[in-house]
Amino acid sequence: MLSQYFFILIMSGLAVVLPLAAIVMGHFLGPRRPDEIKNDIYESGVETIGETWVQFRAQYYLIGLVFVVFDVEALFLFPIAVAYQQLEMFAVLATIFFVLLLVIGLLYDWRKGALEWQ
Amino acid sequence: MQVTQWSEALSGWLMGLGLPGWAAIFLVYAVGSFILINYGMLSVLLLIWITRKAISRIQDRIGPNRVGKYGLLQTVADAAKLLSKEDITPYEADKIAYNLSPILSVFGVLMLLAVIPFAPGLTGVDLNVAALYVVALGSIGIMAALMAGWGSNNKYALLAGFRVVAQLLSYEIPLVLAILTVVLLTGSMRFGQIVEMQSLHVAGFNLGLGWLGIVMPGALIVFFVSSLAEAELTPFDLLEAESELIAGFHIEYSGMKFAMFFLAQFLNAWILGAVAVTLFLGGWQGPGVGLPVIGPILGLGYFMIKVYGVYVLQQWIRGTFPRIRIDQMMYFAWKVLVPLMIGLIVAQAIIQKLPTPVAIQYVLIFIANVGVMAVVAYVLQKYFREEQIRTKRSFEPTSLIGGMQVSEKGTMY
Repeated sequence: MLSQYFFILIMSGLAVVLPLAAIVMGHFLGPRRPDEIKNDIYESGVETIGETWVQFRAQYYLIGLVFVVFDVEALFLFPIAVAYQQLEMFAVLATIFFVLLLVIGLLYDWRKGALEWQ
Repeated sequence: MQVTQWSEALSGWLMGLGLPGWAAIFLVYAVGSFILINYGMLSVLLLIWITRKAISRIQDRIGPNRVGKYGLLQTVADAAKLLSKEDITPYEADKIAYNLSPILSVFGVLMLLAVIPFAPGLTGVDLNVAALYVVALGSIGIMAALMAGWGSNNKYALLAGFRVVAQLLSYEIPLVLAILTVVLLTGSMRFGQIVEMQSLHVAGFNLGLGWLGIVMPGALIVFFVSSLAEAELTPFDLLEAESELIAGFHIEYSGMKFAMFFLAQFLNAWILGAVAVTLFLGGWQGPGVGLPVIGPILGLGYFMIKVYGVYVLQQWIRGTFPRIRIDQMMYFAWKVLVPLMIGLIVAQAIIQKLPTPVAIQYVLIFIANVGVMAVVAYVLQKYFREEQIRTKRSFEPTSLIGGMQVSEKGTMY
């Protein structure tokens, strides 16, 4: 059982090392002649005006929040789904109630306009 | 039928040769994962060739045909070229985020290979939480994209990075819910078991055609559409809309770092196809996989045919569909797919507790899925039909006089 995660551990080590090796190899095989213009930020040939790390629309933040709510609730549903065949009537009703709460959350977001994209 | 995993068989054989247990397991796992990762990274050369050939044929071209037979070595030459390119880091880039994100994006995709069952007894590791593992790894790619956009110190890259996050987050939910329907039906998160349950025994012979996609075509369609969005393929490839964002979040990358993003994108499409095949299209199941010796070889063949078939289908869609707008994309995820999938899960939960035989439950689940499929198909055809009219209209001379105004009918809602 634990040895399965040992495989994941070894594989995650190799999955970092092999791409890293390719990148390092490319770094040393390629030429290196940096100059002012080449290292400048590429923006269709136009020079960037002002700060690059600017403030961004709150819309993305809202989508992120809605996602967290849904993803966490979906993760809670996974153990229920695995044990579903053995569940009693009460647990089934509780599950459906739980999903309905999710629907109410979605409707609330919908009414509040969190899902609109202008 | 209990099939021995390759790792158990090999480590048992090594221990028989006199190696201590931990050394045998370590050796087998290290070699196994090394082969798996190299397979993943090298198969991308073939995937890119398939993509270029398929799209060429759709666009009435021949495609790569100079290097090697049928241009098969073209991508190898391209990889060698990328290897000899200069590695440029832009001024004032966030060095840590900039250099870490190509590795992370490949890492998130390669690790998915660990749980894909290629053939009976040939899974990297048959985790009992494989479905959750896939869901968890999905978020690493999102983080890598955001880090690349942020670290590049480029406004276009930043904009693309935020778009990626919004798109991938939105389509992650229908994807997860589609996986959930399968887990709800099979009662297992272990991919090996999900594939084994899709067998169909007729008179003791395994036909291997009891695919879940036949019972739940609606969940399959939703999974496929969301996996197109997750793999950043055409109807949803907004994050690399050349006319708006130049190339996407990896615009400031060159040489091997760029190649890593490219690799991650193509491999991600393939692996999402492999997950779709595992969950809905029977994995390695097919006629005759129950046979003693040639069964596993047949299984590997069936799996590869199915996965590459799904991959070609993805490229076909990529070559023929128009790109959708970002607001339409968000509407489609949150207002069509998510409510539909929640409805489907509630319906399936109720159906599975009905005091009826299993066969009738399957029929009811099938009917619910057909409903889902009908709604998705209706929304998509409505959208693409109107999009066609809009595109044609903008080329008519009158529209030039009246301005390029697009009618409000062009929007989905």
